[in-house]
Amino acid sequence: MRFLARRLGFYLLTAWAAVTLNFLIPRLMPGDPVDLLVARLKGNVDPAAVEAMKKAFGISDAGLWTQYVDYLGNLFRGELGRSITFFPTEVSTVIADSLPWTIGLVGVATLISYVVGTSLGVLMAWKRGTWLDGVLPAATFLHAVPYFWVALVLVFVFGSTLQWFPGSRAYGLEVTPGVTGDFLASVAYHATLPAVTIVVASMADRILGMRNVMVTTLGEDYVVMAEAKGLTSRRVMWAYAARNAILPNITSFALSLGFVVGGSVLTEIVFSYPGIGSMLLKGVENEDFPLMQGIFLVISLAVLVANLLADLAYVLLDPRTRQ
Amino acid sequence: MKIRIGAGILVFFALMALAGPLLISADPAATSDAGLQGPSGAHWLGTTQTGQDILTQIVYGSRVSLGVGVLSAVIATAFAIAVGLVGGYFGGAVDEVLSVLTNIFLVLPALPLIIVLAGYLPQRGVASVAVVIAVTGWAWGARVLRAQTLSVRRRDFVEAARASGEGPIRVIFFEILPVLLPVIATSFLATVVGAILAEAGLSFLGLADLSTVSWGSMLYFAQNGQALLIGAWWWFVPPGLCIALIGTGLALVNFGLDEIANPRLRTIKVRKARA
Repeated sequence: MRFLARRLGFYLLTAWAAVTLNFLIPRLMPGDPVDLLVARLKGNVDPAAVEAMKKAFGISDAGLWTQYVDYLGNLFRGELGRSITFFPTEVSTVIADSLPWTIGLVGVATLISYVVGTSLGVLMAWKRGTWLDGVLPAATFLHAVPYFWVALVLVFVFGSTLQWFPGSRAYGLEVTPGVTGDFLASVAYHATLPAVTIVVASMADRILGMRNVMVTTLGEDYVVMAEAKGLTSRRVMWAYAARNAILPNITSFALSLGFVVGGSVLTEIVFSYPGIGSMLLKGVENEDFPLMQGIFLVISLAVLVANLLADLAYVLLDPRTRQ
Repeated sequence: MKIRIGAGILVFFALMALAGPLLISADPAATSDAGLQGPSGAHWLGTTQTGQDILTQIVYGSRVSLGVGVLSAVIATAFAIAVGLVGGYFGGAVDEVLSVLTNIFLVLPALPLIIVLAGYLPQRGVASVAVVIAVTGWAWGARVLRAQTLSVRRRDFVEAARASGEGPIRVIFFEILPVLLPVIATSFLATVVGAILAEAGLSFLGLADLSTVSWGSMLYFAQNGQALLIGAWWWFVPPGLCIALIGTGLALVNFGLDEIANPRLRTIKVRKARA
């Protein structure tokens, strides 16, 4: 339990760091966001509007400390300000509308990628020296492929050329959102290519990572012992070697989550998927600073929660952490 | 073997970036009437919508993509060395603080942070983009270097240096640093891959300097020019392939180095036992 308590403390600290970064970035960057906006509108704003905007951003002549306390207070009340792009919608509403799409897409894709990638890694380590080694160069290549390029290629081949799957949007124009079979089928159909993108682009890391840990585990005495006892190779492979090799794999998986999320942001943008990544780009393009900051905060917190879940899995799998 | 293939790929791209523009002295942004042509004798890799030669863009773009990647990785690695070695050497409270800082940056999602930072940049030049990417790319190296420093700092030669009165700065940078050079090299290569991918992503979103030709900005223009709908595969395939290939090259060199350190990882041909 001490392990979990420590981790929880660390995540709280990280969440605080993300919040503080969010507060500091606009104030440390040259020029303040309101000035940037005014410059973009070429000065056609009346001073009262500028004042109002400054207030909305929480930028005032008050000391940095007072601003910080106000900012934290607003956050605790769930107030992230109003979006400029979707004025006068609250940033929290924009996020609440787009977040389920991202969580659904990225969650399912990551789960598939983890299960398939890890199993492939186990198999490849076990069958070292056979034709399965041929997967290695391919995995090395996929490890370095940009997510958005995989997305572009998939849209090109399966979207515009073969026309098997739609290359944009989250559901068809002909269905109305609701819990109906038609709507859900349309959502699944539209999510296929984005999900395949994330699976393809993120699986290589899981394959390579699992293979390397597994190969090291296979040299351990208890594996040799299990083989000597005459256990079936399937039992040795999964219950003895893979079970131990999975622990470091979970840690590296948790650390790679931020990268997967970043890639998913790009993937969403290619597919015009209405998730949080597309919203982030809209925010940046329109210099919608409240929206940008709100989304960064939510993404960071989501990654932290996912990390915490990975830690919980670790505790379940490794009795040593439960002392 | 892996190292050789990887190094071959890297040398190829390094030559392309250094000598390529001297061989093809054309303006990569120059437009012509021959728009959207497939690969041919005149344009080996075809042309864009506005008739720009794609091969020329790839060659010139390699300078920006590799340049930003390497520059950003140099900054990030320098920072990683400072944080990792100082934390690992001193231990105690200094190490605690630096470790927490490192772990925070490891967990925070890098690309969204880069996008937000780039959103606030008044000018998005090559150097500022490189710095923004470096801000998010140093943590992994720092973590690895700290772990290595911990294992080195109690060795005899370090103790001897300390006993003979060398100051901590000198011990860290003249005694420990040289021993860690191989580790620094692998973490540098991994950082370059990350930085090239980040730069490509940022340019693809149109958030880097779009007036300079880079592989990422080529993809940005390809997507906005509806290359996918028109079927102009020659427009978006080469830049992405180059990014992936150079990443493969760097990864191969890194994996090769790993295998030297850990022979079990090697792919050996297992001889079949004779019946």
